[in-house]
Amino acid sequence: MDSLSLCLRSFTVIGRGLLPIGAEVEETLKRIQGQKGVQGIIIVNSEGIPIKTTLDNASTMQYAGLLHQLVMKARSTVRDIDPQNDLTFMRVRSKKNEIMIAPDKDYFLIVIQNPSD
Amino acid sequence: GQLALTEAELKEEITRTLTTNNPHAPQNIVRYSFKECSYKPVLVMDQMAVHFEMEGNLVYRDLDEARRLEGLPKGSYLNIFNCHINTAFKVNMLFPTVKTKVTLAKAIPHVCFPQVTPASKADKEPKVRSQFNFSEMASQTLNNPMTEISCQTEPPQHCTFSANANQWEIYDAYVEELQKQEKNKEKQKTIQLKEDGDKSKKKMMLTETQNDDINKLGKAAKIIERMLHQNRFDDIAQDFKYFEDPSDEFRGQQGTILPLWEFHYDKIKKLSVTALCWNKKYPDLFSVGLGSWRGMLVFYSLKNSTFPEYIYPTSSSVLCLDIHEQRSYLVAVGFYDGCVAVYNLKREGQEPVYKSTAKTGKHTDPVWQVCWQNDDIENHHNFYSVSSDGRVVSWTLIKVIKDHIKRMYSCCNVYTSVVVLEAIFSYLSCGTSMDFHKQIDYLFLVGTEQGKIHKCKTYSRQYLETYAAHDMPVDTVKWNYFHPNVFISCSSDWTVKIWDHTINTPIFTFDLKAAVGDVAWAPYSSTVFAAVTTDGTVHIFDLNINKDEPLCQQAVMAKHRLTHIEFNPTHPIIIVGDIRGDVASFKLSPNLRQKQKMKKGQVQPKGPEVEVAKMEKLLRLMRGPDLE
Repeated sequence: MDSLSLCLRSFTVIGRGLLPIGAEVEETLKRIQGQKGVQGIIIVNSEGIPIKTTLDNASTMQYAGLLHQLVMKARSTVRDIDPQNDLTFMRVRSKKNEIMIAPDKDYFLIVIQNPSD
Repeated sequence: GQLALTEAELKEEITRTLTTNNPHAPQNIVRYSFKECSYKPVLVMDQMAVHFEMEGNLVYRDLDEARRLEGLPKGSYLNIFNCHINTAFKVNMLFPTVKTKVTLAKAIPHVCFPQVTPASKADKEPKVRSQFNFSEMASQTLNNPMTEISCQTEPPQHCTFSANANQWEIYDAYVEELQKQEKNKEKQKTIQLKEDGDKSKKKMMLTETQNDDINKLGKAAKIIERMLHQNRFDDIAQDFKYFEDPSDEFRGQQGTILPLWEFHYDKIKKLSVTALCWNKKYPDLFSVGLGSWRGMLVFYSLKNSTFPEYIYPTSSSVLCLDIHEQRSYLVAVGFYDGCVAVYNLKREGQEPVYKSTAKTGKHTDPVWQVCWQNDDIENHHNFYSVSSDGRVVSWTLIKVIKDHIKRMYSCCNVYTSVVVLEAIFSYLSCGTSMDFHKQIDYLFLVGTEQGKIHKCKTYSRQYLETYAAHDMPVDTVKWNYFHPNVFISCSSDWTVKIWDHTINTPIFTFDLKAAVGDVAWAPYSSTVFAAVTTDGTVHIFDLNINKDEPLCQQAVMAKHRLTHIEFNPTHPIIIVGDIRGDVASFKLSPNLRQKQKMKKGQVQPKGPEVEVAKMEKLLRLMRGPDLE
């Protein structure tokens, strides 16, 4: 899996620009939501406050708070070792499901998927 | 008992002396001197010893102090009613070793005793205060109540601030500082374009605020989508990377192709795949040209088979496309209506950066093939297109920096005028396919509708050679990646032919029993090629192993008509497009990727020379009997 993660990390975005601004991201989020096994999507801002979510309030707050700290810690770790490096994404695979977190400069996107669904 | 001494000893005279030294005083006291930082002996010791000390209340009457107490001047006689002795007297005594009497009386100074005075004298004499006839009279005055006056100012606003100083925070701060400095430098440079600068800044500001909230997530969303895709198609991903069909050992020389991802996009139903091209810089990105009643240019990545990366709808069918080798964001496209266009993937928007029009010399017939060439001397990009109107046109893109006055993209490179060179090769026949030689820049082949193949040079208008190749239009003609003399051609007359361009007849001919849609050389071997036919079969040959039969003949994709096939430049994968608009990817099994078998102990040689040698050997073999 290592080499696969490697190839995921080497991003092939050469440029943007197909659909109008904002709509592209909305489309992508819709597709993500529609993918097999996806239980929920949470968008959290840099302070740990969820902006957008498809789960219920209680779970959202829980996920957002806990994962925010985890991502901050992970990011801090990566950057402490080499300040020019940065965290690209994180996967936390558990028995029941998998939590995927893609951090961005000001936001992060959390998706919970049950891959065996 | 008693010490027994002899008479002589009893008479012995022992001298005793009286000194003023205190025998008990320590003689070797040492004190630490901070000045000299060492211990110094104290030389002079106090030799006084106090034997008796008593503090009393009696005052010697002649002392000033006593007079003061009574309020009398010095020298007058007085009777002290009460007296104090408050000077401690010390008895400084000689230390005898012989018993002496000490008369204590001599040592004690005069003491005054209280005497009662007659009443007549009492008036003149002042009252003496003592603890026996002293009474204190006090009166309580009114105490003003205390009030406390204070003023309180508004405390300055404060907030709690905490931060970490990690290595990366420091690094970030430095980077920011550097960027600021660079911006300042740039600002200084563009002072002349103030007006333009303001306008473009305004434009920038607008787009930034729109992008602020949700669009920043674009990249993250993309990563997540790919992660989900990887999870969902985990088994395919694992196969792609690691699976090597073990049953190949038992299959002799035959190989198989393992189906991997299938790429669908809803909006391209009823469009057929007309062109496929891999991106050399990002080997997981490939482009698909689609067309039938309308056209579309779509880019997929192997990392996400559910949705394309880039989508460009076009008005007319896309018939061919080519991605620039070095600048992999430039894509040249040829259309059914005869236009050619260049798309820049780095730009936003769905319009090509350049599109040819009737004025700039578009073809009058569908453009069947476009090929990028190396940049010319002035570093302009150029490409060639061939069309059934019988022309091969060379297009050159010239970047023009727009005038400042026109206030458009100042200092941006925009492809505004194209086509300076238009080399027209007049052919009587119509070209349907074209390929440029991999090593020799100016040499290219054109396949025609009549089934002929012409070998030409770009700077001459005459053909170098013509090969009578097929009976039907030549669908594809491709040079070998390694051997400079070999090329392959295929046609709907069911045949695939391999040629040496120095010889007028084909070296190999293969009949595939169905119209051949496309053929492609493998990038890893000079003797491997693949062909797709309209009956939905993929044929893969390795001439080094078997000169007559394909190593793999597999029906794929529900037996729809297959239109195109391409090998991935780095991974052992092929993509196949069909007329339903679907693209499927397959992994080549190990038998199809065989290297030459070496004798034990020999080191496997590597490099293109090996491939060339392999092919050369084969050619010689085929030519051998002819020469003889």
